[in-house]
Amino acid sequence: MLSAARSLLFRLPAYEGPLDLLLQLIRKSKVDIYDIPIAEITRQYMATVELWQSMDLAVAGEYLVMAATLVEIKSRLLLPAPPPAEGDDTEEDPRAELVRRLVEYERYASVVDGLKGLESYRRDLYFRAAMEDPEAYLLPVPEAALDGRALLAALQRALEAAGVKDALVTAVVPRRRLSLRMKMAEVLRRLRSSAEGALFSDFFEVPCRRYEIVLLFLAVLELLRVGKVRAVQRNPLADIRLTAVQEAA
Amino acid sequence: MSQAAEVECLLFVAGEPLQLADLARAMQCDPMDVEEALRELQVELGARGSGLQVLAIAGGYQLATRTEYADTVARLAARSDSRLSRAALETLAVIAYRQPTTQPEIEAVRGVSVGGVLKTLQERRLIVDAGRKATMGRPILYVTTQEFLHYFGLKEIADLPPLDDADVSAIVGKVAASAQPAPRSGGADPQEPGTAPQDDAPIGEASS
Repeated sequence: MLSAARSLLFRLPAYEGPLDLLLQLIRKSKVDIYDIPIAEITRQYMATVELWQSMDLAVAGEYLVMAATLVEIKSRLLLPAPPPAEGDDTEEDPRAELVRRLVEYERYASVVDGLKGLESYRRDLYFRAAMEDPEAYLLPVPEAALDGRALLAALQRALEAAGVKDALVTAVVPRRRLSLRMKMAEVLRRLRSSAEGALFSDFFEVPCRRYEIVLLFLAVLELLRVGKVRAVQRNPLADIRLTAVQEAA
Repeated sequence: MSQAAEVECLLFVAGEPLQLADLARAMQCDPMDVEEALRELQVELGARGSGLQVLAIAGGYQLATRTEYADTVARLAARSDSRLSRAALETLAVIAYRQPTTQPEIEAVRGVSVGGVLKTLQERRLIVDAGRKATMGRPILYVTTQEFLHYFGLKEIADLPPLDDADVSAIVGKVAASAQPAPRSGGADPQEPGTAPQDDAPIGEASS
C-alpha cells in the first residue's frame, strides 16, 4: 500500500472570488437566483470558508466581507419588516442588491468561455512575424491616424530599446522669479523708450510661456488702471497700440 | 498583373494587419478595388486548397495559416504565449464590454481586487490606460488594444460574442420572475469582405 501521505490528494475547486463561489453554490443547490434561500446558501458558504480556514488556507478578505453581508441579509429577513413609510410602496427585498451583483457578475463570467474559445481558435492561426525594422515601411502614416496612445507606446518601445525602461523621468522645474511688479516696470520701460509706443502683440516673444502671457496681460491691465499707459485700438480686433503716458514734468 | 496577386504580395510581406487604406495606397487604387481584390484572392486560395487564408483581424487584413494545418505548423514553430487565466479573462471581459472603465468599477463587478491582473494585462499590451476618469480619486481608465483584437482573432470590438442583456434594473425590488436574457445585436454583423464563412462558424463553439 502506498504511504498515506502520498495517496492523500486534495483537489480544491478554484473560485474567482466570493461572487463566483456564491453562484456555484446557487447552481449546485439548483435554486432560483431571483429567490435565493439565504439561510441555506449562507450555511453552505460559511461551511466552505470554514473548511478553508481549518486547512490553514488564507481566506481573502473579500470572502469574509461577503460572509458578513450574507449574515446581515439573513438577519434583516428574520426581522419583521418596518411599517412602510408614507408614499413609499416599493419595499425592497434585502436580497435585491446581492442578486443585482450576482447577475451582473454572471453576465461577464458567462462570456469567458466564449473568449476561451476565441483564444484557442486564434492559437491555431499562424502569421508571419512583423517586419523587424519599422523604418522599412514606406507608406506614409496618415494624418491623425496616430493617437496619443500609439505615440506613448512608440516612446516606451524606444525607451526600452535604449535600456531606460524603468528609469525615472525627472526634470527640474525652476522657480520663476518673475513678479507682476517687475513685468510692469519692464513694459513701462519699453514703452517710454519710443515716442510711438509699441504694439501689444510685440510684447509676446515666441515661444511664449503661458505664465508670461498671463503676467504680461495683468501688467498691462494694471498699468492702464493706474493711468501710466494708454491703449488705442483703431477698430475691433485690430492690434492694440500702447503708449506711455507722459508724466507731468 | 492582377490586383489579387498584388494584394497577396502586400499581405505576405507585411506581417501585421494592413488596413484597407494602406493597401489602397500601396496599390495606388480605390479601396473598393482592394476589397474586390481581397475577395478574389480569398476565392483563389480556397479554390486551390491553399494552406493560407485572408483574415480580417485587428482592424485590417492579414495572411494566416488555416486552422486545419495548425498541428503541422506547431511541429515547426511553438505556439504563441501561454493562455490567459480565468481571472484575466473575466477582467478582460469587463473591460472589453464596458470600456473605458476603471479598476474600482471592475472590482465592483468581479468582487475581488484586480490590481495584479491589470498589471499583467498591461504588460501583455492587451489593455492600455486611456486617461483618467473625472470622478473622486481620478481613477485610471482602461481600454482594450489592437493586440487584444489580434489575440482573440477579432476584426473589431463589435465582433465580440454578445453579452447577455439581462435587465439588471428590473431585478431591484421584489422580483422572482425570471428575466428574459435578450441577446443584443447578435447575428447582425455583416460578413466582412475577405473572411471565408467557414472562419466564422466554429469560433463560438470551439470551446466546450
